[in-house]
Order: sequence, then structure tokens, then C-alpha cells
Amino acid sequence: MSKTQWIIVRDWLSTDPRHYQIAVLSTLILLGVFHFGFELPWWHVVGCVGSTLTTQALADKVLGRPFDLRSPLISALSLTILLRTGSVTLSIAAGVLAISSKYILRWNGKHIFNPANFGLVVLSTLFSAAWISPGQWGQAPFFALLLLSLGGVVTGKAKRWDVSLALLGSYAVLVFARALWLGDPMTIPVHQMQSGALLIFAFFMISDPKTTPDARGGRLIYAPIVAIIGFTIQFGFYNSAGIILGLILTAPFVPLIDRVFKNHQYVWPRHKSSETNPASNINKETNHASFIPAE
Amino acid sequence: MRLSYLLSSVFALSTLGLAPAANAFCGFYVAKAETDLFNSSSKVALVRDGDRTVITMANDYQGDPTEFAMVIPVPTVITKEQVHVSDPALLEHLDAYTAPRLVEYFDDNPCDERKYRVFSSAPMMDGAVLEKESSSEALGVTIEEKFSVGEYDILVLSASQSDGLQIWLDNNGYKVPEKAKSTLGSYIKQDMKFFVAKVNLEAKAKAGGEMLRPIAVAYESPKFMLPIRLGTVNAKGDQDLFVYALTRKGKVETTNYRTIKIPSDKELPIFIKDDFGRFYKDMYATAAEREGGHGVFMEYAWDMNWCDPCAADPLSRDELQELGVFWINDSSDADVLQRGRPMPQAQDVYVTRLHVRYDAESFPEDLKFKTTGDRQNFQGRYILRHAFEGEMQCEAAKEYKIGVNKRKDEEVKTLANLTGWQREDIFDKIKESGMGQKFDVSKPVKDTKWWNKIWPGDE
Repeated sequence: MSKTQWIIVRDWLSTDPRHYQIAVLSTLILLGVFHFGFELPWWHVVGCVGSTLTTQALADKVLGRPFDLRSPLISALSLTILLRTGSVTLSIAAGVLAISSKYILRWNGKHIFNPANFGLVVLSTLFSAAWISPGQWGQAPFFALLLLSLGGVVTGKAKRWDVSLALLGSYAVLVFARALWLGDPMTIPVHQMQSGALLIFAFFMISDPKTTPDARGGRLIYAPIVAIIGFTIQFGFYNSAGIILGLILTAPFVPLIDRVFKNHQYVWPRHKSSETNPASNINKETNHASFIPAE
Repeated sequence: MRLSYLLSSVFALSTLGLAPAANAFCGFYVAKAETDLFNSSSKVALVRDGDRTVITMANDYQGDPTEFAMVIPVPTVITKEQVHVSDPALLEHLDAYTAPRLVEYFDDNPCDERKYRVFSSAPMMDGAVLEKESSSEALGVTIEEKFSVGEYDILVLSASQSDGLQIWLDNNGYKVPEKAKSTLGSYIKQDMKFFVAKVNLEAKAKAGGEMLRPIAVAYESPKFMLPIRLGTVNAKGDQDLFVYALTRKGKVETTNYRTIKIPSDKELPIFIKDDFGRFYKDMYATAAEREGGHGVFMEYAWDMNWCDPCAADPLSRDELQELGVFWINDSSDADVLQRGRPMPQAQDVYVTRLHVRYDAESFPEDLKFKTTGDRQNFQGRYILRHAFEGEMQCEAAKEYKIGVNKRKDEEVKTLANLTGWQREDIFDKIKESGMGQKFDVSKPVKDTKWWNKIWPGDE
């Protein structure tokens, strides 16, 4: 790659945090298929991507908003990676549910649930033919994932790395404390922290700036709550998707946290390629293109 | 005294809606069954639906029965009604039914068409100490249940501290490795009970037979984990564990380790027909090596109503019942004939065979499982394609022979890649076996007439 090309790529990646997310999630899917032997049927990818984009396009048309494919594409890629199903109907249903939740379940100008998280939990709870496969990444890709994720931290303009690190930090405290209490060797919590699914969740799901608290203080409270609930479900109720359920159960408290820790709502960066963004319609108060920490 | 440890426990459809899973048996002792390719291997059948679990543990202990003892962490107290001594043939049948299989195809004369035949695949692997009960209380050990089933005397213990449990086990003739203490402590804190089995010599004499029979335990618990840690405490090197999980819904997979499909549907040189055992063993080792020496491999996942090809008949309704498949619908107990063999009409029984190779370092944590909704069938299947060796008299024959030679080169490459065998050695083997030689296409195919074959010596 020539220097000029590299600069173009770098600029594109740093223009909008979603670009980096799309690049990494696509890379993970390709890695999963070609390196880790995931069974990702083409129809599952098409079903997730098609249904999310279509739902978003229709909803935007109804509401008279310009359509931007980046957010639904991220939801689609997350669903593609985390949801397993043998039925294209369920792949499509997950996408429709995920995006619909953004328009229906709202509070104070923000949607409540992370769309992919919502689709994932609803589908895997209601249908036995859809499930979450926490073990599919194993531990092997740990470093690769961590590098990709930390790359996001460095380039992330969304400045939501705090929530990712707070989540991983608090989850680590819990699993290490549990190991100490049980008298287990430290290799066990280390193994638990290396779960690929946990890292993907931390850097690509809970980090969604639209559904996390607006203020850093709020986020630093929010992430440990997700970790505690997730940990409890995983180790107290023996459900391996604990952390994913932790997020959906904690999401309704974001408005409350936002009330205590006040800050501007996050708005996706505006630049030439996208003159508009849905958020600017939702939130008339601010046109901030960057996040101002509430120190 | 030698100990074998086993832990069975299960995760389940919790109120939050995830699926159920499986358990495993982990022994110290070395299996010596002739059919067993893998040393130090244990076999466990695990039937699970919701929180209900029936685990059947094969007992391949070959030594002096007085020396046999087993300590298994279990998630709940187990009463006599929950324990059953099972038939060893059951697990053997399950093993044979789910074993990786070899199939054979015979090319037809390229000058006409094709047949198919399945070749049978060999299954791949196919106490009496007085309790010093008086000291139990002081040591914080409670004997929750005490009973005999078949040739086994069983105690179910709960403990409040690992030191006490260890001393109690020691006092009662169970030699627990010192290193196991912290692991016992961890299980105690996780509110596990301990299922302790020894052989009752009188009952054993009455029962007759050489082998100790499998123990089946039925219990209900949301825990969906398979404690393998006790079994790794004193283990030298790797251990192999086979889990045959029977569920209603679909495949069982591990949640805290990656479940990998074993390489399958590979075409191999013909001589493998006489060397399938060695091939499979080396192929498994190579696959595991690529994952860092260890891993959870899926060798079979299939709807129990049928198989194609069948390495062994599917299990009958009675056999499934004996294994603890409690949801079988009793009303339709007529076996239906399919392709001339009775096909048991098992209701919604899906079997997953997982072959785990582990050691303490690579598997620090107990195995945790879940049942998924995946019903896509999978089998470890290996293919031999015999070239047509009869008379070929047509234009297509030359092309066919060139094609076959290419195919045979590919088969050698595949075999070398799967097993790590040297290609020179493979060529030697092919030569030695006299099977599956390449065609000589260097000279033009002579148009052989029927009378040339009568006196082949005449040039």
C-alpha cells in the first residue's frame, strides 16, 4: 500500500468511529469464516444485513429522515457474528427487531437498547432454533482481537473506550475475586478473561455511544453494573450468555444515570460524506460533533 | 488405592432462556479395551433436557476391584433411586454408532456408470474399607446418603472444608493427591456434593463378570458444567474424554472452549482400509496439534432416528430408555423397517459426540456446555474411491486414467496433510499394500481384445 493510499484509509477510518467498527467487524467475520471455521451461511449474512438496512430505510422514509447505512450495518455485522441460527427467517427477524427497537423503545430522544443486543437476546430467548455461541471464538484469537480492539481505542473518535475498559476491568475484578475466594489457580480467571466473545462484546457492543450514558461519570457507573449483572447470571444462574443479558437488563437504567450525570447526547460526526444524521433530528439541543467529557 | 474422579453437572434453560448441556467423566486409570485407540480415555453418555440430566459413566477400570474407588463432585445430593448400574454394551453401542466411519466407492467403467457401497468402519475406539463415621462430624463431613447399588457401595458426602474432606477420604482409604485439596475446596464452596463409589466384593462376586459395569446417575440441576479438574491433578500427560450427549433439541457445544469439527469427507488412498485405526489416531493428534495440542472436537452430530452411512444400527428404544432418555414417547414403540433394517423411531433424540483431549494447563477450567438449536448433521467420514480395474475399451478410458492418477496424487497429499505422515512413507505403503496403484499412462492404451486375456504371457 502506497503512502497516499494509507493516508486515505487512515482518514476514512478516523472520520467516523463507525468506519473503524465496520472495518473491524468485517475483518472478524472473514477471520471467523476462513480461519476459525465458523459456519456462517451466506443467507445468514444477507438476512442480517438486508433486514437491518431495509428496516432502517423504511423507518427513515416514514419519519422523513435521510437514510444512513452505517449504524444499521454495524448492528447487522454484530448480529452476524454473535447470533447463530439455522433459519433465514430468524436472521431476518433479528435484524428487523434490532432496528425497530431503535424507533419504538425510546426515552428522552435516545433509544434505550443497543439494537444488536436487543435482537440477539429476544431471538435466542424466544426461539430454540436461534442461539448465542459464546465458545465459538475460543481463546486463540485473544491477542488478535485485543489488538484490533485497542486499535479502536486509539483511533476511536467516539471516545467510548472508557466504557469498554471499565466493563473489562470490573468483570476482571469479579472473576479474579471469585477465583481467590474459591482458592482456584489464577489460570482459570485468565482463561475466562480471554474469551473472544467477551472482548467483542466489550469493544463492539457495550461501546455504542448512542445507548451508553452521555457523561463519562455515568459510563463508569454503568459498565460495572453490566459486569455485575452479567457475572451473576453467568456464575449464579449458569447461563453462558450472562454478559449479553447483563447489557439488556441494564440498558433501561441509562435514562436514570443520564439524569444524575448530565451531559450532551452523543451525535455522530458530521462531515462532507454525510451532511445529515438521524441524531440531529432527534436532538435539537446540540450539534456537537465531538464529545465533551463531564469532568 | 487409585482414584478416578468424575464430575457431572449441567447448565440449563434458565429462566433467561438459554439451552441445556452435558457432563464428563475423567479417570486416572488407563483404559485397556482392545477397541480403544486412545489411552487414558473415559466415556460418558449424557442425556439432558431442561435441568434433568442422566449421566452414564463407563467404567474401564481393569485392576483389582478392591483397589477401585471413585470420587465425583455432583451438583445435588443423590439418593439410591437416582442411581442405576447400567449395561456396558450400551456405551459400546453408542460408541460404535457415533464412530468416525470409512466409506468406499467403486468407480464404474468409464465406458458406462457407478455403484456405492459402505464398508464397515471399525468403531474408532471404541472396598471394602470401614468408614470411620465417628470422625465425620469433627471433620465437617456429612454423609448425606449411603446405599449399595449392584456391585457398588455408594456414599454421598457434603463437606464444609477441604482439609476435613481430604482427611476423611484418607482415613477411609481414598488416597487423594495432596494437590487436589484446593480443587476440592473450590467444589465445596460451589456447593457441590461428592459421590463416592467403591466395589462391594460380595455383590461383585454375585454379579459375576470381569468388568465393572457403568454407573448411571439421574439428577436435576441448572448447572451445566463438567468438572474435569480433579482428574487432571495427578494425570501424566494428556487425557482423552468422549462425551455422547443426547438431547431433544440439537447439538451440544462447549461454551468456555471452542468446539471444533474434526476434518471430514476426505478422500484417502485405498490402503487406509487396513490402517484406519492408525490413520484416525494420527489425524486426531494432528488436528489437536494445530489447536495447540488440545481441544474439543466434534466427531459426530446426528438425529438418532437414522444414519447414512451407519457405522452401527441406531440405538433401540429400550437402549435409549436404559440410557435415561426419559422423553421417549412410549406410544409409538414399533420399530419401522427402513432399507431392510429395523429403525427405532426415537422421538427427538439428537446425539453429539465430542472428543476432548485435555491436560491441566490447556484446560484449567471445568468443561461447560450448552445445547444449541443446531440440528445440522455432521459425521467424521472418510472416503475410499476405488478406480475401475476391469476392461476399458473406449476413448474415455485414457482420460479417465489420467483423472484417476491425479486423484490418487491428491489423496496422498490429503493424507499427508491430515496425519503428518511423510509422503515417501505413504507411497511405500501404497506399494506394499498393492492397493490403489496408479495407472500406467505412459504408453498408449493397447486395445485389448478378449482373446489377449486368455494367453496373457504370449507377446
